[in-house]
Amino acid sequence: MTNSWTDIKNTDLVVIMGGNAAEAHPCGFKWVTEAKANRGAKLIVVDPRFTRSASVADLYAPVRQGSDIAFLLGVINYCIQNDKVQWDYTKSYTNASYIVKEGYGYQDGLFTGYSEEKRDYDRSTWNYEVGEDGFVKTDDTLQHPRCVWNLLKEHVKIYTPEMVERICGTPKDKFLKVAQMIGETSARNKVMTSMYALGWTQHSKGSQNIRCMAMLQLILGNIGVRGGGMNALRGHSNIQGLTDLGLMSNLVPGYLTLPADADSDFATYMSKRGFKPERPGQMSYWQNYRKFFVSFMKSMYGPAATAENDWAYNYLPKLDVPSYDILRAFDMMHQGKMNGYFCQGFNPLLSFPNRGKVQAALSKLKFLVVMDPLQTETSRFWENHGEYNDVKPEDIKTTVFELPTTCFAEDEGSLTNSGRWLQWHWPGGTPPGEAKTDIWIMAQLHRRLKALYQKEGGAFPEPILNLHWPYKDPVDPSPVEIAKEINGYVIEDVVDPADGSKKLLEKGKQVAGFGVLRDDGTTACGCWIYSGCYNEAGNNMARRDTSDPDNTGAYLKWAFSWPANRRILYNRASADINGKAWDPSRKLIEWDGAKWSGYDVPDIAPTAKPDVVGPFIMNPEGVARLWVRNTMKDGPFPVHYEPFESPVANVIAPKIRGNPAARVFKGDMEVFGDAKEFPYAATSYRLTEHFHYWTKHVQVNATLQPEFFVEISEELAKEKGIKKGGWVRVWSKRGSVKAKAVVTKRIKPLMVDGKPVHIVGIPLHWGFTGAARKGFGPNSLTPFVGDANIETPEYKAFLVDIEPITSGPVA
Amino acid sequence: MNIEVSRRHFLKLGGAGVAGTAIAAFGFGDAEAQVAAHVRPFKLANATEVRNTCTYCSVACGILMYSRGDLKKGEKAEIYHIEGDPDHPTNRGTLCPKGAALLDMVKSETRTLYPQMREPGTKTWKRISWDEALDKIARLMKDDRDQNFIKANKDGATVNRWLSTGFLAASATTNETAFLTYKAVRSTGMLVFDNQARV
Repeated sequence: MTNSWTDIKNTDLVVIMGGNAAEAHPCGFKWVTEAKANRGAKLIVVDPRFTRSASVADLYAPVRQGSDIAFLLGVINYCIQNDKVQWDYTKSYTNASYIVKEGYGYQDGLFTGYSEEKRDYDRSTWNYEVGEDGFVKTDDTLQHPRCVWNLLKEHVKIYTPEMVERICGTPKDKFLKVAQMIGETSARNKVMTSMYALGWTQHSKGSQNIRCMAMLQLILGNIGVRGGGMNALRGHSNIQGLTDLGLMSNLVPGYLTLPADADSDFATYMSKRGFKPERPGQMSYWQNYRKFFVSFMKSMYGPAATAENDWAYNYLPKLDVPSYDILRAFDMMHQGKMNGYFCQGFNPLLSFPNRGKVQAALSKLKFLVVMDPLQTETSRFWENHGEYNDVKPEDIKTTVFELPTTCFAEDEGSLTNSGRWLQWHWPGGTPPGEAKTDIWIMAQLHRRLKALYQKEGGAFPEPILNLHWPYKDPVDPSPVEIAKEINGYVIEDVVDPADGSKKLLEKGKQVAGFGVLRDDGTTACGCWIYSGCYNEAGNNMARRDTSDPDNTGAYLKWAFSWPANRRILYNRASADINGKAWDPSRKLIEWDGAKWSGYDVPDIAPTAKPDVVGPFIMNPEGVARLWVRNTMKDGPFPVHYEPFESPVANVIAPKIRGNPAARVFKGDMEVFGDAKEFPYAATSYRLTEHFHYWTKHVQVNATLQPEFFVEISEELAKEKGIKKGGWVRVWSKRGSVKAKAVVTKRIKPLMVDGKPVHIVGIPLHWGFTGAARKGFGPNSLTPFVGDANIETPEYKAFLVDIEPITSGPVA
Repeated sequence: MNIEVSRRHFLKLGGAGVAGTAIAAFGFGDAEAQVAAHVRPFKLANATEVRNTCTYCSVACGILMYSRGDLKKGEKAEIYHIEGDPDHPTNRGTLCPKGAALLDMVKSETRTLYPQMREPGTKTWKRISWDEALDKIARLMKDDRDQNFIKANKDGATVNRWLSTGFLAASATTNETAFLTYKAVRSTGMLVFDNQARV
C-alpha cells in the first residue's frame, strides 16, 4: 500500500476492483465504512461476482475476469475525452511531456521488437529522446506527436464504452457511471483510493492490471495524497516483510538485485545500478545503491567482506535466467532436475497451479523438508486419501521430513503489514510437543552444515564458513539481536572530515537510519529500507503511542513504517509545484520557504526546492511514468490481452493468445484448453470464514464452512440441469474435481462480444488434512503459466466444463 | 517506551472491587463482604496478558492473548483466551470470523508436535529426534551441494550457484526469521528461493 489502512477514512471514492476487502480483509474494510459514514464517500465495486463488498457498494458493475485492462484503459480514455484530468499534477509530476524516441511503435496488440519464437521483445526502441545535455527531451506544451501524452491518447482511443462492453461484458450505462464517478476525482479537492488484491495480480498480465490503475490515479492526481494511492491488500500477515527482505530468487534485501552472469565483477554490476538523474536537479535516490549494497554485504559477511575482495561480491550466486520463481522451480522438479526442497510453512500441493504436475514433481524429489505448525497436505503428498489424493506410496521414493514449528502465539518478533507498518509481538504460550521456532531450526541447519564443511571441506565452502553470525547463542539467536542487525550498526568510528575531534558515527552504535549508511565498510545494515526500526532510541516497532494530531490517520508514533517511518509514499505530491497542498483540507506536508514539514515524514529531501526536485525520487526522471521504457517486459503501456484460456478471441488482436510476452514451459501450452471443449470461464476465490488452507485446521471455521463447493448462476444451473446442493463434476484440460453446487444470484452470465459467458466460481480452502471435510480446490484445474513480469500464476481466469453427477467422491 | 500496562491490574480492581465499593458508598458496610463473596472473579483477572498480531491477513489486527502461567517468569504458559486489542489503531478491538477463532488455531488437533520422517516407498511416518532429523538434512544438503554446485558457467565466468535444491520461505513468520533464513539460504548459493507473494 502507498497509504495505510487508517488513511482510507480520508477518501471520497473507494474503488474495489481485483479484490474483495469486505470478506478478505474485514477489519481493514471498516475504514471504508468509516469514510462512507463520516465523509459521505462513495464505494464502487467492479467484480465478476456480486461479493459482500458489492452488497454495500453505491455502485456495482460486473466485469469478466481477465478483462480489467480494457475496462481501465476505457476509463482513462473517458477521462482524456471529457477533460477529467488533474492537469497541473499530470504536467509536473508525470512524464506526460517526455518525448519518446523515433522507431518505437505499437500495432495490433504488439509493440516494436517482438519475437514470436522467443515470446519476448527486443526493447531497444522503447526509449526517450535524449538531448545533447544528456537529459531527456520534453515538450511542456504537450504538442509533440511523440510526447508520452499524445502516445497515451492514441493508445487508449479504441477503448470506447462500446468496446468495453464488448470485451468486458459490462453494460455501457454501468461503465459510464463508473467512469463519471472516477473522473470527478480529478478535482483538486476530490480523492479516490484503489483497493486491490489477488483479483488483479493472479493473471498473465497482473502487473499491467495494477500499472493501468496507477496510470489512472496519476492523471487524476490521486497518488501521494491523503485518502488516495494504490493500495495492494496483501494476503499473509508477513508477505510484505518477506518480500521487503528479499526472500525471492533474484533479490537482495531492500529491493536490491542479485547479479546476473553478465555482471562479471562488482564494477560491472554497479554500472547497471545506481542510476544518474535523467532530468536536471532530480534526486534519483538509487544513486545511493552502493551504500545500501556494501552495508548489506558487511551485515552478511562481516570481516570477510573487504574493499580488496569487492565486499565478497563473488560469494553471491549469479542468475542465468531472470528468476527461479515457484513455476520454474516446479517445472525443473518435474523434469527431474531437482533433488531437494524445503517448505518453510507453505502448501505447494494445494497452492500451486496444475496439481497433477505439482504431485508428479514432488514425487521426483530425493528429499523434502516441511517446517510447519500444521500437518499440511504437502508433507503428506505421498499418502493415499482415496479420490482426494490418489497416489501409490510405494511408488514414491521421496524421503520426507516434517519439522514442527511454533505458531504466532509462541513466537516473538515483527511483522510488516500491508500498510508497511512493522509491528512487534510477544509470545504468550509454551510451544506444543517438541515444536521449535524457525529461527532455531535455521540456525541449527546452518551450524550443522558449516560443521560438515569445516570437517570435510567441499564445494566453495567460503560463503558458508564466513557467514557473519554474531549472536550470543549461535544455535538460538534472539529476535532482538536480528532486528538490530536488520536496522544496521556502526562497525568503525567515522570522524567528521572538517573536524577531527568530532565523531559522525560511533563504533558499536545502532545507525539512526539509512541516511547515514556508507559504502566504505564502516556501516552494516541487513535491509536498508527497514533502517530506523531498531536504533539507539530502542525498538521502534514496539511503539504504542496512539496520538494522531488533527486526526489525519497517520499515527506516526505507533510502531514503525518503512521507509523512515513514512506513512504515505510520494507525499511530496500532495502539494503543488510551489509546495502548497492541492487541497488545504487534506494537507499532508508543505514547503515553508526553507523546508518541508507537516503531518508525515516528508518523502523528499527536507530542503529540496519544490519547483526543482520532482516528487518521485526513486525514478531518475523525478516524475512518475505513464509510459515506461524497458522496465516492463510486456510493453510500455498496458494492452488488453485475453487470459491464456478465454471463452472469446481477443477482439483487438484476434491472433494473440494470452499475454504474448508471458513465459510458457514446454508441455504446459499443450494442456491449455479452448472454449469449444471447455466453454465456461472459471475463477478461484476465498471465503470470509476461511484463510487459505490453514483454517480448515480450526474447529470453528471448519464448522462455519465445512465443505467444498462451486458457485454457478441460476441460468447455467438450468441449462445444465444442476440442482441446488446437488453434486457436480468440474473439469479442465488438466484435472477434475467433484463438488456440491451452490446455485446463486450472485453470479450472472455476461454478454461478451454478442454471446453469453457463464462464470464458475471455485473457492479455495479444502484438502485432505484438518478438521473440515475432505475436498478439492481450484488448483486441480488451474493453468501452469504466470504473469509476464513477476510470474504470479493465472489462477483467476481459466476454462472448465461442468456436469451434474449423482454422488460425491469416494474417500 | 514500551511500558506494558497490563489490563489485568485494571481487571483485578474492576471485578469484585467495584461492586463492593459502590455498596459501601451507600453506607451498607457489612453488605460489602457478602456481595464480594458472590461476585464471580472475572475469568481473566489472574491471566498473563501478552500482545500479539493476528497471524492471518496483512491488516495485522492487534490481539491480546491471555494465559495461565507467564513465559517471562520462566513458567509454562497455556493460552486460553484471545481477543482484539481495543487500543490498536487499525482494528480497535474488532476481529473477523477468522481472527475471532484464533484460539482454536493455537490449539488445533492437527498441529505438528514431533519431528517425523517418512522413508522412500513407505506408508507411515516414523518419529525421530531433532538431532537425527537435523543431522540427516544437513548431510543431504551437503552431498547434493557438493555434487551439483556450479562454480563457473560454460564461458568460464564465476557464477557460484546451487540449483538442485530449493527453498520456499514462509509468509507468516517474523522479519527476524526471514532475515536469518535469507542468510542461511543465500550463503549456500541457492537460487531456487521464493516466497508466497505470488500465490
